[in-house]
Amino acid sequence: MYKYNEFDEAFLAERNAQFRAQVERRIDGSLTEDEFKPLRLMNGVYLQLHAYMLRVAIPYGTLNPHQMRTLALLAEKWDKGYGHFTTRQNIQYNWPKLRDIPEMLDALGEAGLHAIQTSGNTIRNTTADHFAGAAADELTDPRPYAELIRQWSTDHPEFQFLGRKFKIAITGSPNDRAVTKAHDVGLRMVERDGEIGFEVVVGGGLGRTPLVGKVLREFLPQADLLPYLEAILSVYNVLGRRDNKYKARIKITVQENGIDTIRAKVEEAFLALRGQFDGTDQALLAEIKEHFKAPEFRSGSTEAFDAAYANDPVFRAWADTNLAEHRAEGHAIATISIKAHGQTPGDATAEQMRVMADLAEQYAYGELRISHQQNVILPHVHKNDLPAIHAALKANGLATANIGLISDIIACPGMDYCALATARSIPVAQEIATRFDELKMEHDIGHLQIKISGCINACGHHHVAHIGILGLDRAGVENYQITLGGDATETAAIGTRTGPGFAYDEIVPAVERIVEVYMAQRESAEETFLETYRRIGMEPFKAALYPEAQKKVA
Amino acid sequence: MARAFTPKVITANDLLEGDVIYFTADNGWTRNLSEAELITDEAEAQLRLIEAEKQNIRIVGAYLADAKAGPNGPEPTHFREEFRRTGPSNYFHGKQEAQANV
Repeated sequence: MYKYNEFDEAFLAERNAQFRAQVERRIDGSLTEDEFKPLRLMNGVYLQLHAYMLRVAIPYGTLNPHQMRTLALLAEKWDKGYGHFTTRQNIQYNWPKLRDIPEMLDALGEAGLHAIQTSGNTIRNTTADHFAGAAADELTDPRPYAELIRQWSTDHPEFQFLGRKFKIAITGSPNDRAVTKAHDVGLRMVERDGEIGFEVVVGGGLGRTPLVGKVLREFLPQADLLPYLEAILSVYNVLGRRDNKYKARIKITVQENGIDTIRAKVEEAFLALRGQFDGTDQALLAEIKEHFKAPEFRSGSTEAFDAAYANDPVFRAWADTNLAEHRAEGHAIATISIKAHGQTPGDATAEQMRVMADLAEQYAYGELRISHQQNVILPHVHKNDLPAIHAALKANGLATANIGLISDIIACPGMDYCALATARSIPVAQEIATRFDELKMEHDIGHLQIKISGCINACGHHHVAHIGILGLDRAGVENYQITLGGDATETAAIGTRTGPGFAYDEIVPAVERIVEVYMAQRESAEETFLETYRRIGMEPFKAALYPEAQKKVA
Repeated sequence: MARAFTPKVITANDLLEGDVIYFTADNGWTRNLSEAELITDEAEAQLRLIEAEKQNIRIVGAYLADAKAGPNGPEPTHFREEFRRTGPSNYFHGKQEAQANV
């Protein structure tokens, strides 16, 4: 894992000292809120409904145990004992006091973490496949490139005042677990003639105008990554609209100018910029790669795993849903669900964070990951250690066997915290999970992703959910629109609206009716919800959701 | 025709604590909506907002929020203001927690 060098440490310490002074100047009245707001946002400090919120970046979702313990310390010392992991591999603290935030940032800095560019019209935290470096299906670990992008984009003087925020995602696997097609720039590592490079996708995004990204360059050699990204950003910085916030993202720039025009301009800028990169970035990349060398995977029997799998049905259920295939023999990737039925998706207590840090240290080669699906991952685990890990998780409310199932819901904070929200999303997620747990149906239902956003900005990724839920304010009452058939993977698709929305107390029964249609119509238990939807289309679901409308037609 | 004016309170967040506060008739701030000044005249509301914003050194983001008169003082008319005066629904945190500890 990447370790800060002297330059990184000095840069961060100086930046934190600057922000501490800015906070002091706001408090003593030297800065107005209008002057202070952009400064606090650049450092991840929002003001939400009930309190300030501090958003901390977890670069490419990777943490070591010390960093996880630092996140626990912040939760306990300066917040209310928990943190909220988000869909952009960040963690948010919902209750900090303004005077405490510089202290929190200093504590983070000591662990090699920061909140820089987690807000504002800048290049945000680059997200990555949460199985990076571990997945069996991966070409190569994308995280060194993500770290290179982090260093290049942090405080980049040309890109501190973009027209709008800019999000990059990267994956090294053909199976896209990083939603790369719904980002401003998505990077997918691909192989051509034995050489690994990037497929560059641009102009994806959710929000008010959901769009699947378009391929800008089919194959970009690895060494050209930074000059090419700089070319994209510079073209966007000039062409992107600044007259209308809702038309300012690069997806609109691409839509309005056409992908071919954008491509021509990017290639032209790239040719001009490439010469400015004298190889320093490649030297730096080589250095970064040293930090991401795979651990020495141990060998040994998997007897204990096999015995537990055969004899313990609770362990078996967990293993069946929460484990993924690892590239090293005898190993597995273990996802820890922080979505216990009825709990807030993505929330972990300080105590739970410490338990996960201890497990990572003891069994998982000292690595943890945070997924955009708001779960925690032990990326490298020898299978024989899984029974002990499972027992420890169970003792701490962390052994929920629901990864990829209907209760593994993505939910944004919604109107319980967020100042932009138009409706709540957390309690909707809690109630859906509780309901399907009561029905004891979720393992039978199988792979089904529900994603909930509390406003049109779509932090909850509802557009790319199998069942998407969008909370709106309709004449002063919470109202929820449903979309079906969205897809967040390499076959990315935007979901289709079912029709009129549902009231707060109607949304759980509506989801239940959708699931009933699927269960009745699927050809076999192997046909997933998405496959059934693609085969039978929207009509059967509409008929179940709006029986009155159907009667009128008849 | 312009929509009829509905009663308002002035609300903001406290600079240091970040929590929800309401402007009172004596130009102070309270953490309880029921103690806020309910403003029923449109022109008066704008003047009171200017008065509140004079205190921008210790508050953030003052605005006029719809409210109605209740038996114990102003009450919210929209669910957003109901959440702001109560706290989140997933934990007993925020104002509901503070009030329980009184």
